[in-house]
Amino acid sequence: MINRYEVNETNQMIEQDNLDVRTITLGISLMDCIDGDLEKLNRQIYQKVTTVARDLVSTGREIELEYGIPIVNKRISVTPIAIVGEAACKRPEDYVTIARTLDKAAKEVGVNFIGGYSALVSKGMTRGEEALIRSIPAALSQTERVCSSVNVGSTKCGINMDAVRLLGEIVRETAEYTKDQDSLGCAKLVVFCNAPDDNPFMAGAFHGVTEADAIINVGVSGPGVVKHALSKVRGESFEVLCETIKKTAFKVTRVGQLVAQEASKRLGIPFGILDLSLAPTPAVGDSVAEILEEIGLERTGAPGTTAALALLNDQVKKGGVMASSYVGGLSGAFIPVSEDQGMIDAVQAGALSLEKLEAMTCVCSVGLDMIAIPGDTKASTISGIIADEMAIGMVNQKTTAVRIIPVIGKGVGEMVEFGGLLGYAPIMPVNAFSCEAFVSRRGRIPAPIHSFKN
Amino acid sequence: MKKTIITVVGKDTVGIIARVCTYLADNQVNILDISQTIVQGYFNMMMIVDTGLVQSFGRLSEELLELGKEIGVVIKCQHEEIFESMHRI
Repeated sequence: MINRYEVNETNQMIEQDNLDVRTITLGISLMDCIDGDLEKLNRQIYQKVTTVARDLVSTGREIELEYGIPIVNKRISVTPIAIVGEAACKRPEDYVTIARTLDKAAKEVGVNFIGGYSALVSKGMTRGEEALIRSIPAALSQTERVCSSVNVGSTKCGINMDAVRLLGEIVRETAEYTKDQDSLGCAKLVVFCNAPDDNPFMAGAFHGVTEADAIINVGVSGPGVVKHALSKVRGESFEVLCETIKKTAFKVTRVGQLVAQEASKRLGIPFGILDLSLAPTPAVGDSVAEILEEIGLERTGAPGTTAALALLNDQVKKGGVMASSYVGGLSGAFIPVSEDQGMIDAVQAGALSLEKLEAMTCVCSVGLDMIAIPGDTKASTISGIIADEMAIGMVNQKTTAVRIIPVIGKGVGEMVEFGGLLGYAPIMPVNAFSCEAFVSRRGRIPAPIHSFKN
Repeated sequence: MKKTIITVVGKDTVGIIARVCTYLADNQVNILDISQTIVQGYFNMMMIVDTGLVQSFGRLSEELLELGKEIGVVIKCQHEEIFESMHRI
């Protein structure tokens, strides 16, 4: 029988340490909506999304109420639109109509984001995929809730440098299109290497082509809970430290598993995976950086940061894996800058640089995330940053991503406010030396030697 | 049988248990177990109840919260599974 101590512990995690389920993401396949006629395609997409996701938000609320656990976001991911739209879309403008349809459907069912305005081009781009990529700036500036992602590399295929070059320009263009909102469009655009098919987290969620018709994926959170647990073992050995993280991650994940199973049962849609991520928010006490500091760093970015993060990431996975029947998505510690108060403070204190963040992405999920850079950063430099991050993912057989925001009209040290969960960020300096000649080369970087495990 | 955990936390005063139990009795909620303590003037109670006969869990939860406000305590009402899943393998 459950005792009072356990009940109090759970409720303290929820009330004081910001334990929540970050997202229930409903993946919906749009394969059966494909049609050569654009109008019909749009109509079918709207109908399918609003039908399958009709009860998503109300079911989420029901579960929240009954278990007393906040479920912060209810979201939808769909089949990469580049595939769905290829037969009907001749020009980038045609794809934008699909973005507007998705936005309308998202508003109709009450979800705050819909992901999947995506293209998977790790080896090459079809005409349709290139058109979708070129439509991203317009799509993200004309919609509110649509999120876009492009997979430009993988361990098996190498890196498509033509797509990397194009995306440097697209990121800049998206920033220009949304400059009245501090280039907010770029916060909804992720460039991936080794993108998972079942990621529930935005902005990079899409419903992979390997997935079933509809699936429930859940992302947990809980940096505050881990930090609180670690504050009780200050000065103890690494063994105690690691055990504490594992046990805490286990408990957090179990809550996610329960919510995922309940949502799946009530919606009549199969459970896909649980994403074991430590996802921070700008709220005080909900920060991954604060965990690193609790482990023993004066500020995140100090020497030792990469090791501390590697340890944290690994223990979270070890604790979480046993707590869920299926684990997937991005699973690990997120290190976005604007969405994490401790990261913001570290940047402002001069402790954390873009280069250190890049090193940190080698040992955790996911990548350079929500980083504001000067608005006059050249497209080729952005492509260079993307290429570096993709190379880390390709060589280390892990997912990496870049979500970077060149804030038009602002320079180093100025602040930019994205609002809500997206937070705010100080603009960070970028290495000013050029990589123009490198990213101007055509073609792709071949897959690394260790990808040939045949 | 639908096991639910009710927690009542707040400053101690006369009649907390009486009022919560009266409400539960009026609403077809059977109490299976009560454990209660007072630490430095703070009242902390956990009840395991059966809400199998309750029509709307949402209403029960809201009304208990309201009752808590009247008494000056916080009353939470959660299905047992969240604790079971977190603390039991």
